[in-house]
Amino acid sequence: MKIAILGMGAVGRGLLEMADQKDLGLVVTGIADSKSALMDKDGIHIDEVLEAKRVHGFCGDKSLSAVDIVNHADYDVLVEVTPTNATTGEPALTFIRSALERGKHVVTSNKGPIARKYSLLQSLAEKHGVSIRFEATVCGAIPVMHTLTQGLAGNRVLAVFGVLNGTSNYILTRMEAEGLTYEQALLEAREMGYAEADPTYDVKGIDAAIKLVILSNTIWGLDTVLEDVEITGIDCLTTDALRLADDQNCTIRLIAQSIPSRGVLRVSPRILPKAHPLVVEGTLNAVTIETDMAGEITMIGKGAGSVETASAIIGDLMFIRDHYAGCH
Amino acid sequence: MKLEMKDAPGQLVAALQPISDVGGNIIAVIHQRDEKAEDDKLEVQIVLEIQDDRLNELIGRIKGKGVNVVRIGKRRLLYTQTVIMIGHIMHTDLGDTVDRIDCTGFAEVTDMNMVMPAINEPSSALIVIRAVDRNEMEQTMEILRTVAKEKDLLIIEPLEEFV
Repeated sequence: MKIAILGMGAVGRGLLEMADQKDLGLVVTGIADSKSALMDKDGIHIDEVLEAKRVHGFCGDKSLSAVDIVNHADYDVLVEVTPTNATTGEPALTFIRSALERGKHVVTSNKGPIARKYSLLQSLAEKHGVSIRFEATVCGAIPVMHTLTQGLAGNRVLAVFGVLNGTSNYILTRMEAEGLTYEQALLEAREMGYAEADPTYDVKGIDAAIKLVILSNTIWGLDTVLEDVEITGIDCLTTDALRLADDQNCTIRLIAQSIPSRGVLRVSPRILPKAHPLVVEGTLNAVTIETDMAGEITMIGKGAGSVETASAIIGDLMFIRDHYAGCH
Repeated sequence: MKLEMKDAPGQLVAALQPISDVGGNIIAVIHQRDEKAEDDKLEVQIVLEIQDDRLNELIGRIKGKGVNVVRIGKRRLLYTQTVIMIGHIMHTDLGDTVDRIDCTGFAEVTDMNMVMPAINEPSSALIVIRAVDRNEMEQTMEILRTVAKEKDLLIIEPLEEFV
C-alpha cells in the first residue's frame, strides 16, 4: 500500500521509523514538511530522508511543497500529521479535501479539520468511495475509535467521559503527590517535555474539549463545535483543594464528559474517589464508554508520544488495507 | 417517627396504611423486638418522606388506628454531596453563599473545611451539602453554580455516577 505523509514533526518521524523498521507492507511515495517535499512512485528510502531531516532541518526539495504531494504524488492513502489549527483546521483541511476529491483515503492525527468539518469530510469520503480515519486524534494510542465503530457496533452509546489531556493530568498528579503548586507542576511538565511553551490549550481544557467534540460528533453524528463545550481549566486549582480532596480519599482530575440525553457537554475539574478507574497517573489518558448492551467500558493508555501516535495511525492504515480492494 | 402499638397480628399494617393514604413514602421500617416496651406493646421506628402540611393529618390518622405516636424526629436529609470551592470565599460573603443553600428548605450546608493561605491568595474550601434527594441536590448545585458565577468562585463538583 502506497502512502504519502504530510508533516515531519515527532508524529511524522515516529511513523516513518516504524514503517521502516516493521514489515507492514507500507511504501512511502511522498513526504512533505513545512519547508520542502519529495516524491517517488517506486518508494522513498526512509532512512535517507530521516537523516536529511536530522542534518539539514528539511526533508527534500525546497521547490516542492505539501500541495504538490497531495495533488500529484502516487499514493493510496494520505497520512496528514501536520500541527493542529483549532480555529480553521487549515491548511490541513484543504489537503484532506483535495485528497478525498482525488479518491484517496485519508488518515490523520490532526484534530482541527475533524473537530471543525467532520460531517463535510465524511460525506466527501463517502461520495468518492474512500475512507477518512482519525484514531490518533483522540486518546493517543488507545484504540477508542476502533472500539466504538467496530468492537461496540450495534450498541447504543449513552455517554462518554474521560481524561483526554495528558499534560493537565500530569500537573494534577504532581500537585496531588508532591504538594506542588500549579505553577511548579507546570514548570516541571515543561522541563519533562510534556507541556508546550504556551500551555494554554492543555491547561485551560481546550485540547480536551476539541477531543470531546470529535468523540461526540463521531459517536452520535452531531454537529457540535468547540464553542458548544462548557469549559473550565485547571489553571485556577490550588494545592489546598487537592489536599482537601485527599482528606476524603478523593482526588481531582480534568474530566471531559458528553451525555447528549441530558445536554451535558463539558470539560471541568471534578472530584473522584482515588479508586475510580478514571484516576490515572502522569500523562496517561483514560476513557469510559457507557453503552446499552456492553455497559461500562474503560480504556487506559498513553495519550501522546511519537511511536504511540504512530501506533494509532498504523492501526487506521491496516484497517484500510484490509477493507478496501486495491490497497494491498 | 417512633410508633407504639399493640403486639398483635395486623397492627403494623394498620399503622402503615395511613402513610400511603396521605401520599407519604416509606423509606425504612425498623422493628427491634428486644427494645424495652411494655408487656404487650411493640415499638416501631419508621423513616418516611411526607409533605410538611400533611404531617398533622397523618398523625391524626395513625392515632385513629389506636396506635400511639411516641416521637417525631427531625426531617432527614438523605442525599450527601461534597464540593470544593476555590476563590475569595470569605470576602465574597460566605454567610450569604451558605444562606442561599440553607434557605431552600430542601438542602443544607452541614460541614465546611476552609484553608486560607494568605490575604490575597485564593482560599479553598471543602463543603458538604445534604439534600432531601437527588433531584433537590441537582437544584442546589444549580443555585451554587449561579452563586459561584456571581462571586467569581470555582466550584469543583464530584463526577456523578452514571444512571
